[in-house]
Amino acid sequence: MLHELTLSALTAKLAAGEVSAREAMLACLDRIDAVDGQVNAFMSLDRDDALGQAEAADAALANGSTHAAQPLLGVPVSLKDLFCAKGQPANCSSKILGDFRSPYDGTVVRKLRDAGAVLFGRVNMDEFAMGSSTENSAFGRSHNPWDLERVPGGSSGGCAASVAAQECFASIGTDTGGSIRQPAALCGCVGLKPTYGRVSRYGVGAVASSLDQVGPLARDVRDSATLLGAMAGHDPRDSTSVPTEVPDYAAGLGGDLKGIKLGLPREYLIDGIDPEVRAAFDAAVKQCEALGAEIHEVSMPHTEYGVATYYIVATAEASANLARFDGIRYGERVDGDDPFSLYCNTRGRGFGEEVKRRIILGTYVLSSGYYDAYYLRAQKVRTLIKRDFEQAFETVDALITPTVPAPAFKAGEKMDDPLQMYLSDIFTISCNLAGTCGISLPCGFTSDPKLPIGLQLLGKPFGESELLQIAHAYEQATPWHTERAAL
Amino acid sequence: MEYEAVIGLETHCQLKTKSKMFCGCANEFGAEPNTNVCPVCLGMPGVLPVPNERALQLTALTGYLLNCEVPSFAKFDRKNYFYPDVCKDYQITQYDFPSTTTGHVDFEFGDGLERVRITRAHLEEDVGKNNHFEQHSGVDFNRAGVPLLEIVSEPDLRSADMAYDYLNALKDILIYGGISDCDMEKGMVRCDVNISVRPKGTEELGVKVEIKNMNTFSGVRRAINYEVPRQIETLESGGTLVQETRRWNDVAGITETMRTKEHAHDYRYFPEPDLMPLRPDEAWLAAVRSQVVELPLVRKQRFVIDYGIPAQDADVFVGNVPLGGFFEQAVKGAANPKAIANWVINNLQARLTETGSTVDDLKFEPSAIVELVAIIDAGTISSTGGQEVFAELFEDGGSPAAIVEAKGLAQVSDSGELEQWCREAIDANPGPADDFRNGKENAINFLKGQVMKASRGKANPQVVGETLAKLLKG
Repeated sequence: MLHELTLSALTAKLAAGEVSAREAMLACLDRIDAVDGQVNAFMSLDRDDALGQAEAADAALANGSTHAAQPLLGVPVSLKDLFCAKGQPANCSSKILGDFRSPYDGTVVRKLRDAGAVLFGRVNMDEFAMGSSTENSAFGRSHNPWDLERVPGGSSGGCAASVAAQECFASIGTDTGGSIRQPAALCGCVGLKPTYGRVSRYGVGAVASSLDQVGPLARDVRDSATLLGAMAGHDPRDSTSVPTEVPDYAAGLGGDLKGIKLGLPREYLIDGIDPEVRAAFDAAVKQCEALGAEIHEVSMPHTEYGVATYYIVATAEASANLARFDGIRYGERVDGDDPFSLYCNTRGRGFGEEVKRRIILGTYVLSSGYYDAYYLRAQKVRTLIKRDFEQAFETVDALITPTVPAPAFKAGEKMDDPLQMYLSDIFTISCNLAGTCGISLPCGFTSDPKLPIGLQLLGKPFGESELLQIAHAYEQATPWHTERAAL
Repeated sequence: MEYEAVIGLETHCQLKTKSKMFCGCANEFGAEPNTNVCPVCLGMPGVLPVPNERALQLTALTGYLLNCEVPSFAKFDRKNYFYPDVCKDYQITQYDFPSTTTGHVDFEFGDGLERVRITRAHLEEDVGKNNHFEQHSGVDFNRAGVPLLEIVSEPDLRSADMAYDYLNALKDILIYGGISDCDMEKGMVRCDVNISVRPKGTEELGVKVEIKNMNTFSGVRRAINYEVPRQIETLESGGTLVQETRRWNDVAGITETMRTKEHAHDYRYFPEPDLMPLRPDEAWLAAVRSQVVELPLVRKQRFVIDYGIPAQDADVFVGNVPLGGFFEQAVKGAANPKAIANWVINNLQARLTETGSTVDDLKFEPSAIVELVAIIDAGTISSTGGQEVFAELFEDGGSPAAIVEAKGLAQVSDSGELEQWCREAIDANPGPADDFRNGKENAINFLKGQVMKASRGKANPQVVGETLAKLLKG
């Protein structure tokens, strides 16, 4: 079936003229009609626009455009609900944006279009990317295609679910504390969080500006490499994007692990990791060793402060970033007698519980008299965490860890306990604080029910090439990425 | 008890840039509401700021003009507060690491010079403008994101007049340096005034009152003149002052409470994560330093000392820089700077104004004025003749000597012809001639006038006077 293909298999068929982009797009739409009632990944879908883009891709192919020049030509790709594309909604799975439609294309959207992608549909997320399950979406949660009772992870849960349910060939998400890698792990796909500054943030609804990074969720490592190549690069509209060269990520794949040094951080192998996750992880480490990698135990002594640090930095930045949703210029407005009551009514009605919780937390840690004790201290700890990574990377090429301590949990299980929910990101958060790159890829399944388990590899800053090579070598030696959820 | 006022000013001025601080929209006054706007300056979801290079340069340049340090590290911060005219509900500004620090402004006050220390001049973005109508309010975001420099003074000012003169001096410097047009009508300059009073001779500062959002210098002066006595009277009548923010009611001529300390905003400053810190390197700073211009006061002092011209003439050359430049070119090596200044100010400036032209349009070189003054001083032509030469020079260019020659303006000093005119004048006017002989010395002026008339202005007045006296006394 067409919708089951990897991105690279699809482009091969498109290039050979075996299928058209329109057929590929229709296959996704049919699949969405068939399964999205159960999965609920898509928040909005502009079918005419999607088919129009696909037809344009077919015309370009007919006129001699190639995948060498446009690697995503004719490939249907879904977008997390926070990317700004002209004329399309960007609700961030919140009520507060109302009928907002973006007046502009963000840089990632523009680059993906330039690469020929058919950008369609807005997929679900935790409201303003705050959560690990999509249960914080104002429009209802998404369901894990492996077990509909369970969450797909979050915040890019709709991305992971749409890829795992084969409703699209890839999806673009954002990762602030694990929001790409955690749902990729829970849904059994590959999720890549690039180095901070690798991909432009212009046109991406900002949550925590110093942590947010755009990345792909895809079926395998090669597809992830192709997508990253299309999106990466310096953007004059984003002062924090870095002007370093973008390598041909996909072309670098295919090596083995001989001579590669992988670091096993002692502090990550804590009690409380699900036994099946631990077993799958141990097997993955052995597999890497068998493929030629050297395994070194390393220490990341400040790991335990990661979650606390994250929830100070991220909430502080979010409290300011979300201030603009005030009902004055766009989005939903609930009137009041004066500006103050208008703000209170609009934001009180428009934001969900978790968003309010984090805005209040972020406002508190920045308040006069508390700033030094919380925000400033957190920034200092952040520097120490970054140093942990720098020191580890002096001796190893990448770190190897489980992505999440446990497989997908049941919906509702952690909604009453935000702290438990926050701990779902315990292995992914430090990577964002350090600003480096990370990838999650399938490394096995639990037995009953059958749920995907994710392996996380963390690479050096701007070392995506090497990270993808390592992930690819492991992936090609294992069967996990070929398994598909039975929907 | 005698009190003294302690006053510090925070002066906001819009920088003279083509585009806004963090986006490409025009920095332009007077456009239709919400036409100079884009997703960035409207605070749409997903947008990011990109700093305006020219604004960064103008900020550093201001630092040099105000004798400030320009540190090699500075950064932007977010100042958080909700208000409809603040599109992101935070303003990007500089909090603890501003682009310039610790400088001073020297300015003339009364008969002497005063110095006000500058704490800092930092860069931020302007906000929009709220407009209130009968049934609703609107916000115009054209101004939102215009680069704004906040120049903070130390509390070195002691009176309303001193504050007024400081503001004018500051304005002159900013206009001079090309930093800002400082057009008050267009709201390009706005002030917050911090005022306290204390017993004269004491060091400790009194309770501070801030008067926000003043948009005229005369308003600042009036507000201080109201606020200082108010504070003194409160203290003298046994009352206490509270730290508060007040507003100036221009109609009533009073200050009124806006909010007290308990209701002060907590702006929750933190480093702007969307912008990298600024680390100006030596080459960049050197390029900025090359744009430093001579300050008005320094220029004035230099003109007075170097050229020996009166202060009021120097003021003209401070106020009109191109004219001063022309003067400086002319005056080099000239014998009579004062005369050259007179010609440049009284004649050249007037003609330029009349014709709406500039010194760049002139058809003659500055040396022509030197030549003109020299031939007048040598007695070759009269000052009336000089006027005629200048008019010709301004109209068609050329050299003064050639014009004198062509128009036959050279004065007649030849005794034969002169004596003849003088005899005729004496014979035709026996009354004044007798008056002079009888001791009324002034009577000679009438006769002199007759001779000048007869010579059609060409007679050398000095020689005419001498000849008449000789003949009458003869």
